[in-house]
Order: sequence, then C-alpha cells, then structure tokens
Amino acid sequence: MTDKKTVIMDSAAMGKTLSRLAHEIVERRGDEPGLAIVGIKTRGAYIAARLADKVSELAGKKIERGYLGITLYRDDLSQQSEQPLMHSTEVDFDVQGRTIILADDVLYTGRTVRCALDALIDLGRPARIELAVLVDRGHRELPIRADYAGKNIPTAKSELVRVRMKECDGADEVVVERK
Amino acid sequence: MNWNRKDLIGLEYLSAAEIEHILAATDSFKQVTTRSIKKVPTLRGKTVANLFFEPSTRTSASFELAAKRLSCDVLTLNIATSSVKKGETLVDTARNIEAMEVDTLIVRHGAAGAPAMLSRAVKACVINAGDGWHEHPTQGLLDMYTLRSRLGDIKGLRVSIIGDIAHSRVARSNIWGLTKLGAQVTVCAPPVLLPVGIEKFGVKITTDLDEAIAGADAINVLRMQFERDCAQAFPSRTEYFRKYGVTQERLQKAKHDIVVMHPGPMNRGIEMSSEVADGPNSVILEQVTNGVAVRMAVIYLTATAKEASL
Repeated sequence: MTDKKTVIMDSAAMGKTLSRLAHEIVERRGDEPGLAIVGIKTRGAYIAARLADKVSELAGKKIERGYLGITLYRDDLSQQSEQPLMHSTEVDFDVQGRTIILADDVLYTGRTVRCALDALIDLGRPARIELAVLVDRGHRELPIRADYAGKNIPTAKSELVRVRMKECDGADEVVVERK
Repeated sequence: MNWNRKDLIGLEYLSAAEIEHILAATDSFKQVTTRSIKKVPTLRGKTVANLFFEPSTRTSASFELAAKRLSCDVLTLNIATSSVKKGETLVDTARNIEAMEVDTLIVRHGAAGAPAMLSRAVKACVINAGDGWHEHPTQGLLDMYTLRSRLGDIKGLRVSIIGDIAHSRVARSNIWGLTKLGAQVTVCAPPVLLPVGIEKFGVKITTDLDEAIAGADAINVLRMQFERDCAQAFPSRTEYFRKYGVTQERLQKAKHDIVVMHPGPMNRGIEMSSEVADGPNSVILEQVTNGVAVRMAVIYLTATAKEASL
C-alpha cells in the first residue's frame, strides 16, 4: 500500500452524516421534554454543538447542550507517558431526569465512553443516556454500543482514525492513517 | 507544558510556567469541589499519608479532603504519640511508611529542608505542607489562585504582604510565586520582623502600614506567631495592633475593592480587626475553599508525574 492516508469522509459527507444523525435523534427523542446533548471534549464537544443546533432547528425548540472534560475519570493514568490535558466540564443545566445524548467523534474501545458515563452520572441522575458518534471503528473492549452511528468503518487496530473539524482543525474530514 | 516533578518542595524551584500549570489545573478541581458529588475516581487505589510534625488544623484537613476527593485512601499520623518520640529518625519514619506502599507523603516539619531531604530519601511523592521558616508552597498557590479568581491576571498586580515576614514561610512562598508571575510585591513589617537579606527578593520594603495599603490591589496579612518565641520581639500585642493592625479606618485610604487575605489561623484584633476580617473586602474563607482544589491539583500532578517516570 503506497497511499498511507485515506479520506473516508469529506466536508460535505460530514455535514450530511451529522444531519442524518440529528434526524434520527429527533425521530426517536424529539418529543422528550428534557432532551439535551452533551459532547466529550475536544471534538465530541463540537459534534454535540452541531447536533444540538440541527436538532433545535428540526424539533423547533431549544435543546440544552453541554461539554464534558473526562481526564479525571480515566483509568489509564499509569499507562500515559504524557499527562493528559485537563479539560473542564461545562454543563450548565441539571442533568437530573433528562434524556441525554452523549456525543463523541470516534467510538473505538469504549473506554472513553465509560469514563464519560461516570462523569455524567456524577452530575446527577439522567432518565436515560444514549450514545451518538460520528464514526464507529469497532474493536470494543467494553460492552458499549452506539445508538446513533454516522458511519461504520472496519479498521485494523494498527490504523489511526483522525477526525478533523473546522472549529479546531480548520477543516471537516475523517481520515484513516496507516502507521 | 508537561509537569514532571514527583515532589512539591517550594515555589522557589518552579518556573512561572509550572506555577501557571498548577493554577490552570486547579480550575477543573474547583469545579469538582463545588458540585453535589465532590469526588472523582482519578487516584483510586493510591494512598496518601499526612505526616505532620507540627500542629495544624486547616492544612491537614485541607490535604485530607483533597486526597479523599481524588478517591485516595488517607492515613493521618499523630506524630506526637508516634515512634519519633522513641528516637526514630525522620528518614526512617518516612521509609517505614513508604514500605507500606504509600504513594504520597504530605510533610509538615519545624525544620526547614526536612521535606526536601525526605524527597531524596523516598520514591514516594513528597509535598511540603510547611517547613520551618522556609516555604509553604500550597498556601502560596492558593493565595495566587484566589487573587487570580478575584482580580484576573497576576502580572502587574500590586500585592503587599504585611506582618511577621521574618518568621513566615507563607511570606516566602508568596514572594517567590508572586514575583515569578510578575506581581509587584511590597513587604511591610516592623524592622525587627524584617529578615536579613529581604532586599534580595526583589520586593519593595516599608515599615509604614499606610504606605503598604495605599494603591495596593491586595494585601496578605500574616499571622503573629505568639506560640513561637520570635513574637516576643514585639513589645505588646496592643502596640502591634495600633501600628500594624489592619482596620476599617486604614482601609478607607485604600482602593475600594482591595482584596484582603489572611492565611489563618487569625488573631482577631491583633493582625486585623474583626470588622475587616468579616467585611466585604475579605476573601479569607474563599482562600480556605480554594485550598482544597489547589491541593487536589498538586496531589494529582505529582502522582501522575511519578507514574510516568516508572
């Protein structure tokens, strides 16, 4: 294989995918009075913000949004060579009794989602938590699955799935890199 | 910026960037301490031992809560009744505690340099909780964190430290930290309570309280340590209060939003009047609240640096 990078989702495709996810969320949960979307920092937060905009538009009501910093909930401190960046949590509403859509960019081992679930539950007791991801690349190590998945990409563990977003990377695309 | 020190001995040894790093990390922990579940699982399974060879209520309670809110197990040793009394050396005590797989030692000791010596003798993290007249780094950090949350950037702030500078580790940690971050520091004390060589710290020196207060963005009023012999240097408590006690009348000449700090425990009516201590400019209890978050950050950063080095 000569080409080490493959673009599997460009800007237009990412827009379409997020739009489809928003439609699915509205279809299933649009009537829930306390629907809120919470993203995992960094890129999951931008996914959450975009989904919340779209869902608000489709459902015709304001959807609460929040962002989770999960560094303090990680279980791999001793395996990190570098200290993870500390992101603060910004959830300005009470999660108690709400339906929360947890959003992230890539679903891989499931460990990040596990941390985020703990972090979210420490803020209160939501009625229900569902998971929305832009990309599901497989290789789960925990019994976790996405309720809304933008795209399933079969990958090898040696590959790297990189999601780039306008808000922090200057462009929207998903790239698979071979190490 | 990557934190890579397993110990926190003093602010003298840190760069401005390292101090900023701790203050920035503190924000996340402050958030944890203000919500209804004040605990994160970050350091589950780690053990922290409080080794206080000098009396302390606030600092040992603060460290204990900080460790517990990170899900550490905490061992608080009552040194007064320990084997130190039976003649065991400090290093032997620390090594014995460490032999029980303790990860972090929080050390307060009457001798300057004791935590530094221990940090070289053990693999565990060592955090200085006050050593002699040397430093009390977490107090310096929590004072800076409180200042920053009240007044924004520390660079350019005018901060006056008032009281027994000579015998104060809080003063030294404040001076090191604040000057590194670019504050203009003034120290104010009666001549007998100014240490020899203070001019080398890059601070302004005055013996006039009104001068220290005028134009200051914040004052940090130190405790007169009557339990130590050094306070005998001053003739009487009443006279101290008359010349160096911070009162509402004196604050009248200050900036209206001047921030008033005190590291505690406070002698009301000696270092400052109750009116000032409980008044609108006082952030004394806010300092105590922030202390827990700062100590969580320090315990966390040192613990992860130690893990990374293994």
